[in-house]
Formats: sequence, structure tokens, C-alpha cells
Amino acid sequence: MNRVLLDFWVGLFVIAAIGALMFLALKVGSMNTVSKADTYEVSAYFENIGGLKPRAPVKSAGVVVGRVADIGFDSSNYEAKVMLKLNKRYQFPKDTSASIMTSGLLGEQYVGLQPGGDSVKLKAGDKIQITQSAVVLENLIGQFLYDKAQNGTSGASK
Amino acid sequence: MIHDALVQIENVSFGYSARPVLKGIDLIAKRGQVVAIMGSSGCGKTTLLRLIGGELRPDQGTVRVADEVVSELDQAGLYRLRRKMGMLFQFGALFTDMSVFDNVAFQLREHTDLPEDIIRDLVLMKLNAVGLRGAAYLMPSELSGGMARRVALARAIALDPMLIMYDEPFAGLDPISLGVTGNLIRRLTDTLGLTSLVVTHDVQESLKIVDYVYFVSEGVVEAQGTAAEIRSSGLPYVHQFVHGEPDGPVPFHYPAQAYAEDLRLGVGSA
Amino acid sequence: MRKTSGWGLGVLKALYAGISGLGRQTVDGVWRIGFATRFFFAILLHSGTAMSRFGLTIREIYFSGVLSLIIIVVSGLFVGMVLGLQGYETLQTYGSEEALGILVALSLVRELGPVVAALLFASRAGSAITAEIGLMKATEQLTAMEMMAVDPIARVVAPRFWAGVISMPLLAAMFSAVGIFGGYLVGVVLIGVDQGSFWSQMQAAVDFNQDIMNGIIKSMVFGVAVTAIALFEGYDAPPTAEGVSGATTRTVVTSSLAILALDFMLTAFMFRGVK
Repeated sequence: MNRVLLDFWVGLFVIAAIGALMFLALKVGSMNTVSKADTYEVSAYFENIGGLKPRAPVKSAGVVVGRVADIGFDSSNYEAKVMLKLNKRYQFPKDTSASIMTSGLLGEQYVGLQPGGDSVKLKAGDKIQITQSAVVLENLIGQFLYDKAQNGTSGASK
Repeated sequence: MIHDALVQIENVSFGYSARPVLKGIDLIAKRGQVVAIMGSSGCGKTTLLRLIGGELRPDQGTVRVADEVVSELDQAGLYRLRRKMGMLFQFGALFTDMSVFDNVAFQLREHTDLPEDIIRDLVLMKLNAVGLRGAAYLMPSELSGGMARRVALARAIALDPMLIMYDEPFAGLDPISLGVTGNLIRRLTDTLGLTSLVVTHDVQESLKIVDYVYFVSEGVVEAQGTAAEIRSSGLPYVHQFVHGEPDGPVPFHYPAQAYAEDLRLGVGSA
Repeated sequence: MRKTSGWGLGVLKALYAGISGLGRQTVDGVWRIGFATRFFFAILLHSGTAMSRFGLTIREIYFSGVLSLIIIVVSGLFVGMVLGLQGYETLQTYGSEEALGILVALSLVRELGPVVAALLFASRAGSAITAEIGLMKATEQLTAMEMMAVDPIARVVAPRFWAGVISMPLLAAMFSAVGIFGGYLVGVVLIGVDQGSFWSQMQAAVDFNQDIMNGIIKSMVFGVAVTAIALFEGYDAPPTAEGVSGATTRTVVTSSLAILALDFMLTAFMFRGVK
């Protein structure tokens, strides 16, 4: 096997491998873990985060504007403290509200941001004041049964 | 230190594990000589070569090559010494993934900065010395045993060493190849002025070409002398070896219990 | 009476032999691991030649990597197609066929790509390396090289090591890529899953750093393990026919076990945060 032919095949091999890597990186994966420099972090407290996981998307008007960076428990007020990493390109008013929503009926949970009207914008380290916790299925069922019971008794008493 | 001795082995003992293979060997090879080390299989001949080459360290005694004690050399010194030694292995030990040409050129390419065209000339010269210039571009798998060994010889002389060690160069060769090999060893030693150490148990062929013989048995030098002295030696071991007698100091029978006992003759059954 | 006690003695003797044999094997095993570790560090220390004369390494990349391409690509294709088929069957029961892309991509990129490619590499290239080095040792080529003042570890072993380490992630990437294509072939082209959702859902779920890079890191670790094991077994093989064949078998078995064990450890470490 002479040198030149060998080098040719190895070169081809490496090019094919890089091609595969490019395919994986661009077509298969998403390079949307934005680097640290392009994001700013804000915090939000929730009574119940439901099934929210780190790296879950933060969306506003349905568009991904950031990621959930970290989820922790604050033992001073017994609430969940969620750190959100938002893309620097998007600035939100200080009175933006954050709620935990579900994509689809039984799908993945994400944080939805509803902008307020304040002219002052959120900056790194700020806290989102208005939050809405996740809808917990058990509570929903419990509520439903309670309502049903209520209507049942009130209907029966008629 | 004897004046013109290239290799001087003094009172060397060595054992791979507890059992000693060599017990106090004294051996000298002078410059320009062909020295044979003979003995039956397993007597430690190859071990001697490995001690000289620095692969092994003697448990006792010193091995000197060109006035340097081999066991005291560091890695760099050992490699420096090895560049001046050539070793011919029993089956050639050619690099099977390279052609004959590349095999011979190996040391030239690794240890020198010579340009390719000079290397080419040198390789062809070495191959010519062993008569295989026409086989330069064959692969080792395409060579016969005798040819492979000659290529290995060409490879061993590539850097013009001062000492060549041959491990059983005559083993398994046909009569013509035997003659060729013996002839080559003698001619190369004379023309290049090197020293050859031949480990062998082929008596007839080696006695034709050697200057001095050492007989090793049971880890010691049983006998030594010139070719003529050995041929006419009266020592029983040497005599048995030279004349190929089936029984003598080296017994025919492997140690076992008495024959009658083994066949259970005259002993009541259990 | 004599016969029964003779039988009991025989059993005791066999038991004793068995236990002492086990003990000896354990001690041998520990000794071997020590020797293997020293060998590994020797390879790293003597890697200078493999880097400065990169042509040697390139040659080995050809023999380990390029010649493994066919089996990697074909296997990748089939694995991807099976994933597509099986995945579709299962997802269909939950009405989530569009998640097929996610299933195929994540399975391949995170686990199957690195692991299966490493197993195939161990079988094909690893055993070849072991046989080659073992044979070189048996025919005294390595000793000849030593006697010619060329360090066989630097000249023969180290280039093969780096070639394996370099080839492994490349092969794993190609396995995953071809596998995803296979899944696409079966899912979208054959079965009829929606093409748009196949790719878009996949892109949304597969993260470059978490999934793809971790997969690449895994395959690099596997490359180191498999190649080191293959080289060691070859270098340590007894210089006989049975010795070399035993060493080749041991390479494949030990490499496979090492791959699976390392895979578990790496997965537990890397994918801890993703619940």
C-alpha cells in the first residue's frame, strides 16, 4: 500500500467523519444552547413547579427566548426558586409574569413569559414578581370531583 | 581486559527464575574472529546472546563489549552500543509488513539522516553482498527460509556493525543454503573486519568456518579450542556432540523409573 | 472401605486444587492489571514518535479506521432502520408517531452510536491489532527492533494507539449519522411519518453539547480503552499459535465488558442532570 494512496483514503475517511459530525450538529441537534455571554439570568419563585426540568424552554408568544438554568428550593419561604437564562436579544419589562405551562395535553412543561407594561426592563439578577404555578393534575381532579359533588348535592336538593 | 577482545564475558551466571541456566561462563571473542558457541538445545546459548545484547542482566559477573560493561549502560548508551551490533534471529525476524528493501533500509532510515537515493544505493549494495539484489522488492512472505535469513543478514550489516551475533543460522536449511550461509558468514567477517558470534548446534558446517569454539553444557564451558582441536578432542561430551553419537554424557533415555517396574512385571496387582 | 476413603480424599484434593487455582488466578490477574497499567503509561510516554512522524499514525488510521468503515456504516444503517421500525410500533400505541425522530436520534447519539461502534471496532480492529502485535512478538520482530536500537513501543505500539483513539469517535459519529438516516428511511420514506415533524422535533430535543458532545466524549473514552486493551493483549501474548488466538479472544471479550461498564459509568455521570 503506497504512501499516497494511503493518505488519500485516510483523508477521505476524515472528511466523511467531519461530514457526519456536521450533519449531527446542524441537522440533528440544535445549537441553541446559547453561550454564557449572550444570556442574562433572572429568578422566579413558584409555589409548585410541577414537572418543570432544567433546560426546559422559556417561551414568550410561543417563541423560545431562553432556557431554565437551575431549579432549587428556598427554605426561607418554602418555594421553588427557578433561575432563567434569557437571550440578551430579548428585553422584558420589569412587571413580566412567568407561568408554568404544558405543551399539549400531556407534554413537556415550559416557562411562559407574559410581558407587562413597565418601561423599566428586567436586568441580570432581577426577580420576576408575578408567577403562576404549574397545574397539578391531582389538584385538578380533586377540584373537579369537589365541583361535581357540589353540583350533585345542589341539584339533588332542588 | 584482553587487548584485542571485542567481547569479553567474565564469570557470568544467570537464571530466568530460581534455576540457573549459566553458571560462571568465561568467554572471549577477538576482533576479526568467527567464534562458535555450541551445545545441545536449552543449554543457554541464546541466553548468552541476549546477555551480550543487553536484553538481560547477568546475576553475577560482567559482560564487556568494546570495553564497555553492558549492564552498566543507561538506555541511551545501550541503544548507542546496539547500533554497532547486528543480530540475526533464527527465522530471520523480518518485518512482515515491509518489503525486503524496506527491511534492509530500516536501520538506515531510523538512525541516519541520509537522503533516499544514498539509502537506495546502500541497500542494494548490502543485498548484493548476500546475493539477493534481485529480490529487493519482494515481500518477506514470498521468500524461502534460506532467502529470508540472507535478507536478515543484509539487514544486520546495514550500519556496518563491529559485531554480529547469529542465533542458529544453519537450522533447517538445505545443503546448498547451508554452504551459502557458512560461506557468507566467513566472507563478511573477513572483508568487513567484524567479529561474528555464531550460536549453533550444526557441527559440520560451523567447524568449516570458525576460528574458535566454545562448548557449553550444563551452564559451564565444557571445552574450548580451535576447530582442529575440537575435532580431535577426547572429551566424552565433545566427542558425542561432534560425532553425533546417540548415547553418551547426554543420555538417550529421559529419566524414568526402572523398565520392569513400569511394565508392572513381577509386582502383584492392587 | 479403602475405596470410599479414596473417593473422599479425591474430592478434597480437587477442592483444594480448585481453590488454590482460583487464588493463583486472582494474584495473576492483579499482577497483570499492574503490568497493563505500566504498559499504558509507557505508551503515553513514548508517544513522541507517533506524533512527530505522523505518517506512521496515518498508516494505522487506515488499517484501523478506514477498513472498519464498511462494517460500521452497514451496521449503523441496519440499527437505525430497526430503531425506526420498532420505535414506530411502540410510539403508535400512544399516538406519538412524530416523536420517532427524537427516539431514533437520541438513542443513537447518546448510546447506540458510541457503544455499538466501539463493540464493532473492538471485534474488527481490536482483534486485528492484537493478532498483529502478538505475531510480531512470536516471530521475534519486536526483539529484532529492540536489538536495532529502535524502541518497539514508540515505533509500533504508540502509533496504533493514537490511530485507535482518533478513529473511534469518527466512526461513532458516522454510525450515528448513518443510523439516523436509516431511521428516516424507514420512518418517513417507508412508513410515512411526517417528514417535517421528524426533523423539527428531533432538532428541538437533541442538544449539541449535552447529547452529541457527550456521545463523542464517550466514544473517545471507548477508543482509549479498546485500543489499549488490544495492544496490551497482543504485547503480552505467549509466542505460540494458541497464545495469540487466546489473546485475540481475550481482547474482544475484555473490550466488550470494558465498553459496557464504562458506558454505564459515563452515562450515570453525564446524564445525571437530565431527568
